[in-house]
Parts: sequence; structure tokens; C-alpha cells
Amino acid sequence: MSNPLADMEKPDVIFAIGTNMTECHPVAATRLKRALTNGAKMIVADPRKTRLAKMAHLHLPIRVGSDVALLLAMAHVIQREGLIDASFIEARTAGGDEFLEHIKRFTPEWASEICEVPAADIEKAGLIYGQGNPSAIYYTLGITEHICGVDNVQSLCNLALMTGNLGIEGGGINPMRGQNNIQGAGDCGAVPNNFPGFQACDDPASVEKFSRLYQTEIEPKRGITKVTALDLCGKGIHGMIIDGENTVVTDPDKNHCEHALKSLDHLVVIDIFLTETAQLADVVFPATAWGETDGVQTNTERRVQRLRAAVPPVGEAKPDWWIVSEIAKRMGTPGFDYESAKEIFNELCELSPIYAGLDWDRIEDSEYQWPVPDKNHPGTPRLHEGEFKNGRGKFTVVGYRDPAEVISKDFPLWLTTGRRLEAYHTRTQTGRSAGIEYLLSHESLEVHPDDAKSLGLTHGGMAKMASARGEIEIEVKVTDMSPKGTVFTSFSFANVPVNILTGSGYDPVTQTAELKVCPVRVTAV
Amino acid sequence: MISDLDAQKTAKALILTLDGEEVAFEPGETIYEVAERHRREIPTLCYDERLEAFGACRLCIVEVEGIRNPVASCTTKAAEGMIVKTKTDTIEKHRKTLLELVASENRSVDVNQLSGYASQELKILVDRYDARTGRFAGKKSGTSNTKDKNPFILRDYDNCISCYRCVRVCAEREGDYAINVMNRGFNTQIITEFNNDLRDSECTFCGQCVQTCPTGALGDRKALRDSDTEGEIRKTRTICPYCGVGCSVDMLSKGDKIVGVQPAMDGPANEGALCIKGQFAFDFIQNADRLKKPMIRREDGELHECEWEEALDFAAAGFAKVRDKFGRHSVYGIASGRAPHEAAYTMQKYIRATYGTNYIDNCSRA
Repeated sequence: MSNPLADMEKPDVIFAIGTNMTECHPVAATRLKRALTNGAKMIVADPRKTRLAKMAHLHLPIRVGSDVALLLAMAHVIQREGLIDASFIEARTAGGDEFLEHIKRFTPEWASEICEVPAADIEKAGLIYGQGNPSAIYYTLGITEHICGVDNVQSLCNLALMTGNLGIEGGGINPMRGQNNIQGAGDCGAVPNNFPGFQACDDPASVEKFSRLYQTEIEPKRGITKVTALDLCGKGIHGMIIDGENTVVTDPDKNHCEHALKSLDHLVVIDIFLTETAQLADVVFPATAWGETDGVQTNTERRVQRLRAAVPPVGEAKPDWWIVSEIAKRMGTPGFDYESAKEIFNELCELSPIYAGLDWDRIEDSEYQWPVPDKNHPGTPRLHEGEFKNGRGKFTVVGYRDPAEVISKDFPLWLTTGRRLEAYHTRTQTGRSAGIEYLLSHESLEVHPDDAKSLGLTHGGMAKMASARGEIEIEVKVTDMSPKGTVFTSFSFANVPVNILTGSGYDPVTQTAELKVCPVRVTAV
Repeated sequence: MISDLDAQKTAKALILTLDGEEVAFEPGETIYEVAERHRREIPTLCYDERLEAFGACRLCIVEVEGIRNPVASCTTKAAEGMIVKTKTDTIEKHRKTLLELVASENRSVDVNQLSGYASQELKILVDRYDARTGRFAGKKSGTSNTKDKNPFILRDYDNCISCYRCVRVCAEREGDYAINVMNRGFNTQIITEFNNDLRDSECTFCGQCVQTCPTGALGDRKALRDSDTEGEIRKTRTICPYCGVGCSVDMLSKGDKIVGVQPAMDGPANEGALCIKGQFAFDFIQNADRLKKPMIRREDGELHECEWEEALDFAAAGFAKVRDKFGRHSVYGIASGRAPHEAAYTMQKYIRATYGTNYIDNCSRA
């Protein structure tokens, strides 16, 4: 997030797109609700009639995967109506002229055809966002889990840049992180393109620095992504270590994924349960869980916070860092003689400029948001104030592309996937917490009443849902939460493995899977 | 030297007299807020600093010179020159009587601490004012809802004192408006729309009503399962393990057992709020399915439990063999977006320092 969570109570206009916040980030959503009570206006772009959508002043139930078209047309309206912040564009951005020329073509009428919402509503959305002072954007995986995920994000950046809604209180571009420490995994360099602290793997100085620190020659180029690695299993990748991820259930195209992991010579999994993924491993290590582990995690607003152990571990479980270190030591790798989480975190701080002002003791009270470049720095609740890190904010010229697969005679419905309030991911945790079942006992497919009628589906009856990759059985829930022509389910229940169906394509830059769009056929059983 | 700004501030400082002491206050502050800053410990029951002041319990009354009757300090704004007394004999007597009245309506003022964050407030005040006199024994208000079998929220309204904190937190903080007040006086009852079970209302089971209830009328049913478990309740401050918001919580344990979770009112991300997952989905930790020992796949093709030494040696030997046979680009590491920094950091270091590659990623792409 460019702005702190506390800023969520301060926008004049809220633009929430691709985020089912009341279910996926419920506590953050309470802040938006208070902003609404204080008089803020809210635009929600989401195919589904989510709780957030019901609270919105304007709900745009756009067709899945049509976000870029909507955002181009909103930018068009903002420019046409003279709502751009010319002085911000002049002083702080680059590429504005080209972008402003580019969007002249993309009228609300053009976008209306693609997004399947009235042009007048798109017009209205542009006006409301453009007039807000400030306007804040919130998004989640509904923006990124597309083949055009990067285009979507850049389109949102364009909107914020053209209206000067960056670096100001109550504004900004705010992706909500879905996992407790997904931000931290990136901060720590567990990505193929960056060392810890976002120091680039293809920057010679950083390569030199980490080669020296880690006492080995690290190749001066980016690694492959997880998606590519899974594709190469058995054909180049032969050994894998997976920590705390139920890859075969969460990732798209389940059959492909399972086959990939089975074709490895050596798979090591560290987890707290014998997940579907762990069951494929050659070695499984029991890790300590929440409440048993001392450590650090970073939240969606870049706040670095302490986790504290409350009870001893179950059985012989050990912290993940200890397990990895013991394997490293046995392979003769130097630098793994750690005795505590504190030692490791302090090493991370020493070699990451964004954490340079932090150490284990300083984060005791959760008061710092990175970057914290030195010990006298108070932290950075709000990014881009006064200047951008890389000089100027760059506009990006993007165009609309269809999803990897579009509906057809064989697969005439759009399937989109997501989460539900009461369950988390593959339910390895919430499914083992007493009482959750009382509220959410099984999976269902949300189908619009008109579609149910034309397909002969009944509420509570079973249906078969097939995509180009596979078929599953699922109970039908007839509801107008889904728009006509689109069905929804979550990936939480192992007995309804929806990721057998997904996996039609990946964003070419990030290789994030298009989990939000999958043409399917639904038939009554 | 006094700067112009300081001089202006001094010139504009608002002053009132609090129990004989001159104290400064900011425009808009209530008497209660000023008094709390000066550690007056004014008793309250309907007050939760996150909510709009309500003025229902009348325990926070103070005397203000020039006003005939005592005023509720939580709803009365401080004013220049006010002379306030927070603890006169008369006020204290009123407070004791009020507490005797409130206590008389409840089945019991002694409730288990596991009921919720604020559950001891009534008990503490009743004891502080020695108000267990039974002077007003008789009529009760509120009837416990025994038909709502939800596994999370106990609705023991025999102990309800009509402070409406549950109703207010649901509306003001959560924006859910799941519950409301039916009837008045002794017939007051907290209900959902059409008096349905919470499951059939707008309730999201965030537990905020439970945590703000000052009497334990609303109780944390999951935590209360361990009422009889041996040991003192210990609180450990940590961060919720679910989404990226990073809510601060206090994990409650007795001995080696985790018994519950309470929100941290001073958590910067959540300011006391939680959702159903952070509040109630904690017991996976000590679930019987947890992996307790390392396992390796033996000749029979099955995973078998083994000792750490053997598993670690086996894991390392397997990677060495793959590397020696296929080269350093044949091993890949996937770090967790769920585990702490130290896990992700050591994982990336293991890959980079052992293989000299950047063949490392995490689960953010799916």
C-alpha cells in the first residue's frame, strides 16, 4: 500500500476494484465503512454483488477480465472533463503527453461493449474519481490474477498519476496483501529478481555484495519464477524445497502441478500439516506454527511487526529457519550458524537499505513502516510524498486484451474464483478450527437465477462444471450475487478442487496465473 | 526564548479546575477525557473509548460548579473555567447505589475472565465500591438466549446491563448493524433482526461485541471451553496469521495450551478490531493432525516418521545428489508467504549461497 491503513478512513472518494474486502480483509473494510459514514463516496468495480458493492454509491459489475477497458475509459472521461492535475503531471511524472493522447480514443461507449456495463455508469465513475479530493484506489487479486495483471495495475497507476492522487493523505494506490507475510517474503528476497531489501539480482553491485556476504559466486541474472520452475519439473528442475505452501491445491491447473511435483527426484516440504503437497514429498519436516514461533512479519502497509511464541511447539516441531539452516549446514554452506530468530532478522536489517534503521529490539512496538533508512528515521507511513523513489512517476500506455480464454459455445459461462470470509485458502488451518464448519460446511457454486433457470439447475442440487482442463462436481447456490453469465466459487475445499479447471494463462511479466477468469460449462447432474 | 507559536499556544490554552488542580484541555474534549489524562479513574460501564460517548450508565457523573445536578462526564464537553469535582462523597455514594442497582439485575457479577477482553469491568467496580449488598434484590432484566447454538458467541443476557456497547460496536466500528435493542427497562433484550440466530443475521462473528461486553453476558464460547483447564491465563502479544492487514492480538494460554485470542486495543493496524478468523480460528495450532516428527519416504514408497538427524541428512544428501547429477540450476526453492521473515530469509540464502543461483520464489504468484 502506498498509504497507511489509517488513511482508509480519510478519502473523499474510494475506488475499490477487484477486492472483496469485507470477506478477505474484513478489518481493513471496517475503516472504509467509517469513511462512508463520514461522507466518502465509493465506486466498486466487481462482477459480483459483494457486500462492498452493496454499500457503494456506484457499482460497476464489469465482465471478468475487462478492467483495462474500464480504466482507459475512466481516464478518457477525466481528461475530457478537465479533471487532470496538470501541475502534478508537469512536476512529478513522465510520459504524460503520450498517455493523454493515447486515451482520447477510448470512450465510455467503447468500454461499455467490453465491460458490459452502461457507458453512463463508466462516465459517472470517471467523474466521481476525477473530482475526489483525495481519491484512493484499493485493489486485490481481482486485479492481479489475470494475464493482464500488470496492465491492470499500471492502468490504476495512470489514474492516480493523472489526478495527482499519490503521496497525499487519504489517497494513493493500495493493494491489499492476501497473506500475513507475503510482503515480508518479498522484503526478504525470496523472489527470483531481487536480493533482500529489493536489491536487484541483475545489478552488478548487489550481485557483488551478496556474493561476498554469502561467500559464493551468485550468477548475475534473475532466476526463473515458480511457475516456470513447475513447468520444468523433471526437465531441468529435479530437486525442490517448499516451505508452507499447499502448491497442488492453491496453484492453477492442479493435475499439471501434481504431475510436476511427482516428476522430481527430490522434494522436501516443510509444513505444519501433512498437506496434499507434503504427501508427495520425499522428506517432510514439521515446522512450528503461529503462537509457537518467534519472528517478524510485515503487513500490507509495510509495518514490520513481532510475532511471539506463547506456548512450546507441538511434538518435535522446529522453526522453519532452523530446518533450512540445518540442511544448508549439511551441504557445507557457510553462514548458517544461527541460534535465534533475532540473529537472522538483524542480519536482514544490516544488508537491506529499507530495513537499515531497524533491528529486533526496535520493532518491539510495531511502530515502523519501511523504508526506515537509518536509526534516526521515523519510518515511512506514506510513500511518494514530495518525490518518487525513481525520480518521476511513469505513465504507461496500455491497451485492452481479451483473457487467455474467452467464452464459447462449448464453455459459455465465465468462472471466477475467490475467498470466503470464514475460510482461509485450502482450509489447512480454518478447516481445523472448531466451529467454522457451523458457518461454512461445504463448497458451492454461485449461479445467477436466470442462468440457473436456463441450465435447469436447482438451489442445493448438484452440477458438473467443466473447463478445457478438467471437470468437477459442485453444489449449486442460486443467488444474484453472481451476475448473469458468470459463476463463482472458492478454492477452499479439497473435495471441490476448482483449480483442476483454472490455469488458462499467465501474465507475461509476473507469471501470475489468470485464476480470476476461466470459461466453463455447467450442467445439471 | 518563547517563539511566536508557543506564545499563541499559551495565550489560547484552555484551563479548567479538576479537583482543585488547574489543568489544560483541548477544544472538543469531554470532562471524562480530560480527567482520564490526569488519572482520575472515573468508573464507567457503558464507555468504550473507540465508541461515541453514550451517557447511559451514569457512573461517570461529576459535580460541576454552577450546575445543580451531577453531569455525565463522558458526554459533557470541557469548558473554560469549569470547576469540576470527580470524587465527592455524594458522587461516590451515587456510584455505589448505581452499582448495587446494576448488580441486582444480574444472575452473577463474577464471570470467567475467558469470557472476553472487558468482561471483568462490572466485577471490578462492584468490588471497588463494595456494592455486593443485595439491597435491591428482585426484578431482573434480560433473558439469556439459549436457542442460538452458534459455537462462538455466548448470549447470556441474564447478565446484560443494557449498556448497548455490543450494539454500538457492531454499528459504529464494524458497520454491520447485526444486532439491536428491543423493548426498554426490565424488558430490554438485545436481538437480531426478527430475533433470529446470529448466523441468520448480518453478523460476521468478528467477536467485537463479545470483547467489549463489560459483564460477560456475551462470552467467547471457544475460550470458555477451557474455563476449568488448570493454570493462570497468560497473554502473549503477537500478530494474526491470516490476511495481510496484520492485526495485533493477545494470545491467551493456560500452561502449554492455547485457549483463546483477544484483540489488542492498541494494535496499530486494527485498533482493537478482528474478524472471525483472527478471533476464533486459532485452535488449528494444537490440532491432533499437526506433524510431530520428520518423515521420509522409504523403500516401500510410503512416508514414515523418523528422527531429525536421519531426515536432515536424507534431505541434504538428496539435494547434493541432484546438484551433482544435474548441476546447480536443477534445484529450486519456494518460500512461504505465511511463515515469518526468518523462514523466507534463510530459504533465499540457502538457495543463493548453496547453488549460486536466484532459483527462489514464494507463493505470491498464485
